[in-house]
Order: sequence, then structure tokens, then C-alpha cells
Amino acid sequence: MSDPSTESTGTKAAGAFDVRNVIAALIGFYGVVLVIVGLVDRSAEALSKAGGVNANLWAGIVMIVVAAGFALWSRLRPIIVEVPTETREGH
Amino acid sequence: MENTLRLDASFVDYALVVVYFAVVLMIGFAARRRVSDSLDFFLSGRSLPAWITGLAFISANLGAVEIVGMSANGAQYGMPTMHYFWIGAVPAMLFLGVVMMPFYYGSKVRSVPEFMRRRFGTGAHLVNAISFAVAQVLIAGINLYLLATIVKALLGWPLWVSLIVAAAVVLSYITLGGLSAAIYNEVLQFFVIVAALLPLTLIGLHRVGGVGGLVDKVTAAGNGDELSSWPATELSGFENPVWSVIGIVFGLGFVLSFGYWTTNFVEVQRAMATNSMSAARSTPIIGSFPKMFVPFIVVIPGIIATVLVPEIQQLKAGDDSGLQYNDAILALIRDVLPNGLLGVAIAGLLAAFMAGMAANISAFNTVFSYDIWQQYVKKDRPDGYYLAVGRWATVGATVVAIGTALIASGYSNLMDYLQTLFGFFNAPLFATFILGMFWKRMTPTAGWAGLVSGTLAAIAVFVSVETGLLDLPGQGGAFVAAGAAFVVDIVVSVLVSQVTAPKRASELAGLVYSETPKEQRTDPEAHLLPWYRSPTKLAGISLGMVIILNVIFR
Repeated sequence: MSDPSTESTGTKAAGAFDVRNVIAALIGFYGVVLVIVGLVDRSAEALSKAGGVNANLWAGIVMIVVAAGFALWSRLRPIIVEVPTETREGH
Repeated sequence: MENTLRLDASFVDYALVVVYFAVVLMIGFAARRRVSDSLDFFLSGRSLPAWITGLAFISANLGAVEIVGMSANGAQYGMPTMHYFWIGAVPAMLFLGVVMMPFYYGSKVRSVPEFMRRRFGTGAHLVNAISFAVAQVLIAGINLYLLATIVKALLGWPLWVSLIVAAAVVLSYITLGGLSAAIYNEVLQFFVIVAALLPLTLIGLHRVGGVGGLVDKVTAAGNGDELSSWPATELSGFENPVWSVIGIVFGLGFVLSFGYWTTNFVEVQRAMATNSMSAARSTPIIGSFPKMFVPFIVVIPGIIATVLVPEIQQLKAGDDSGLQYNDAILALIRDVLPNGLLGVAIAGLLAAFMAGMAANISAFNTVFSYDIWQQYVKKDRPDGYYLAVGRWATVGATVVAIGTALIASGYSNLMDYLQTLFGFFNAPLFATFILGMFWKRMTPTAGWAGLVSGTLAAIAVFVSVETGLLDLPGQGGAFVAAGAAFVVDIVVSVLVSQVTAPKRASELAGLVYSETPKEQRTDPEAHLLPWYRSPTKLAGISLGMVIILNVIFR
């Protein structure tokens, strides 16, 4: 990500603070937790609430796919941030 | 009446909520410490891509009003609630992007009170600042009340304990810097809310047997007329369908919604954070696309609740059930979402209400300390003094919000209350704002006189509806009040302008459309953009889609 040639011109990719990566991390985490809950908790009560569908499992899978989409998007089209070099040196 | 709604949350649900707030507070903390240039980029002015600000733009509004208010409305009135999105939001958002935004972005007006002071001087400024501060505290009360409802449903505490706890939580959220990363959080919050409400809607539909099953069940319950959005006589309270349509198009579609979207600087500031005039104009226009589909995951669950949740079914049949329409979506969440998804839903709702209230309180704080205290009470003190005033204002506003939350708790359907407030505060403001922007002859005296008389007109209509002088059930009273406020404000402003002295044209540059140089209002590189970045073309597509939606669901 931190290509030295872009570094020297004072720009870099937004990286971990790119909001898409934060979305990917949070929604992805939720997805994984829901998939686990869906696999572990197959009680009749949980299933009947959703009319026989394993809602946690399916919602979890969709969330993981969406999260992967966001991660991929930010990887393929990174947002370039200008690094304010003069304030950097000032401190 | 003791409300008995309880959510049966488990360890997993609480863990998901805690993780969400840990992430939000971490971002807030990082933002305050300014740990990263990248983060600075996402928070600082005029550098964000339009899709982020567009999402933040509708997310800033996807709070208590949308989720609880619109689902309550969906449960009570059915499909006519769609008007709040397709008539009452999208056209105004497009107008904001196409017509108003070039002016805002070019003239660098940063708040409504600031515009009032520069355009009309202190009279209109003081009136507007006070009415804005009062409105923020009242709306903060709605958010606080809803936040407390969730705390109550989770833990079973009485309302007043829940209110105090919720208020304390919001105060610490503001203090810990949760609001310093507002745009960032709003985007995040949007996806969490969709992640909660989309499964809720789909599972709910599955439970009632799909769309066909929902239609059959609503019709069987004798509410078949609620399945079509026009002419919405129940919603507007007008018996005559023609008047109902006029009330909705003029009252809701024009005065209330244009007033809300074009003068709400909490929203407009989101667009100011973009990197070009075209991106600023695109912000509300891009926001209008998700906005037109939001009702499908907000209003539809309300309708599903009327056939799936026994208490709401009873309420609908006219019996007392211990729940109100405001509880529709929480009750549906209780009945439909299993532990796990329940946690996602609670996280999303808490986030929306908390961020909403925090935004109200901080807007109050800014206006109180800089527009009221600094201007009219104690001038020329050091910055630290006003920061201290701001801190006390934050605490004070939170305490007062506990009181206004009790007012909000008296309304079975919060939309009735909210639209009434908008009629008092937004409708006259919009009239004065739009007249002052396009008519350079309008005088400073007309500025405050119009605002005061418009608000008084809305209050007069409200009182005559409350006392039964005017018979308008539903939300028609609010539409008429807003219309009256708008018309009276315009008439009084025009009359007063005839007999008082206007400002010199040289003082109006950047404040009145005709006196603002064209270079300030246009983007020199606009013609280089591809069609999907051209604000006007996108606006055209959005308008076409809304018309199609109106035709399909008429």
C-alpha cells in the first residue's frame, strides 16, 4: 500500500481508517458471530421465531459477503489522502 | 398505562452492542487525538467523496423519526406513510441539490442563524436562534424518550429511571468524543441499521406468507384501504380526497419537507464536507436513492406488525392492549428476530437514537453559547469562557431533555408530535429564508416580523385543532399549521417590507441570489464530469424513479 513514490509526493492510501475498511471489519465481525450462533443455536424456539428459517445463519452469510465486498472495493479503489507535510514538520 | 414490552436479550446480543460502541468510541478517541492523517481526511472539511457524504446525509436523518415514527405511522395508517419519503423527502432533497446547494457551497454560509444575522441583522437572528434552541431541546426529548424505551424494554426499569440512565449515557457519549467523528459514525450506523432492519422485514414477510400473504391478511383485518398510498384521507384527516391530496402535496411535500431539508444545517453541513461544488450538489441527490427505498424496511415492518404482533392487532381493532403504535417495530423485533440478530438490531437502534440526540444537544450547545450568549449576554470574553458555557449548556440541555421526553411520551404516535413541531419551527423559517434569498427588497424588520407571525399562525392552528375548533385528525393539523405559517410569514414579510427600509445591495453579496456573482455559484469543471457524477442528470433519474414508485404503489 505505501508505495514509496506516492509517499514522497505527500499522498498515501487511507488504509485502516478508510471508512469502507471499518464497515468491512464491523459487519464482517457481526457476520461471523451470527454464523456461529446460527450453527450452534438450532433450538426450536429460535427457528420458530423466523418461521423455520435459520435467520442468524443466512443473515450472517450475507453480512460476510457484504463485508468482503467493501474490503475488496477499498483495496481496488483506495482513497488517496494528502499528507499535510508542513504541519508534520512543524510538530 | 404500564407498558409491558420486554426484549429477551442474551449474552451474545449484549456483546454485539458493546462491540459496536467500542468501535464508535475508539474512532471518537482517535479523532480527538488526531492520530492519523487518514482519519483527519475523513473528518475534515471539503475533501470527502460524494457517496460518503450522501450516506451520512440520510443517516443523520435515519434516527428516531424514521425508524420508530415511520413504523408507527405504517402501523397506524399503512401505505400512505410512503408519502413522507416519496413526496415529503426526495423532491426536497433534489431541490436542495439542484437549486440551493450552489448558493450554500459558494457563499460559505455555515448555519441558519448566521445567514439570518448577515441577511437581516440582530432581530431575525435572535428570534431564529431562540426558536432553533427550543426546537433542538424538544427533538432531543423525542430521541431520549425512544432511547429510554429501548433501555426499558431490555432491562424492565420504569420509564423515569430509564430516562435518567439514557441521559447519562448520551452525556458520556458526547464527553468521550463520540460526536467528533459524526460523519464517519453515520456511515457506519447506516449499514448496521440496514443489517438489522432488512432481515427483520424479510423474515416478517416470510412469517406472514410473503407480500401476497401480507396483502390478504391486512385486507382480512378490514384495513384494505391502507394498502394504497393515495389519497391518504386517514393520514391527512381530510374527508375529501381532493383536499387530502392538496394537503399532502402542499403541506407535507412543499412547506414541511422543503423547510426541513433546505434549512436543516445538520444535514447541509454534510454536503459542505465534499471536495467540489458538483460533489456538494450530488450529496443530497445521491442520498435520495437510498432514501426512497428506506421505507421498505421501515414502513413495511410497521404494517407487518399489525397482522403479526397480537398487541398491535388489538390496538388496530380499537382495543386497549398495553402497547402503542410507537412500540410496533420493537414488538416486531421481539417476536421475529432470534438472539444474535436481536443484538444487531439493538445496536443499530441505540446508535441511531443516541447519535440523534447527541447531534441535537451539540447543535443546541453551539447556538446557545455563540449565537445567544456571546451575542446578547456576555460579549468579548476569551474562548475558554464560551467553551465552559458550552459545557454547562450541554448538561443543562440534557436535563431539560428529560422533561421534554416526558412530553413526547404522551403521544401514541410520535409522528403527530414531530410534524407539529416542524410546523412551528421549520415552516416559517423556510418562508423567511427563501424569500430573503431571492428577494433583495426584503427588509431586516420584515425578517423577524415574518418569523414571529408565522410561528404564531402555526400555534393558532395547533390550538384550534387541540380545542376541537378545527376537526382534523391524523397529521392533517400539522400540514395545515405548516401551510398557515408559511403563507402568513410570506404575507407579513411582503407587507412589512413595503413600509420599512431595505439593506443596501452592496451588503447582500453572497446572501441574496441575484447579488451573488455567478462564479461563486457554479463549478467551472462541471461539464467534464461523467453522467453518473452530474448532479442534474442524477436528479432527473431520481425523480423518475420516485414517480414510478408512486405509480406502482398508488
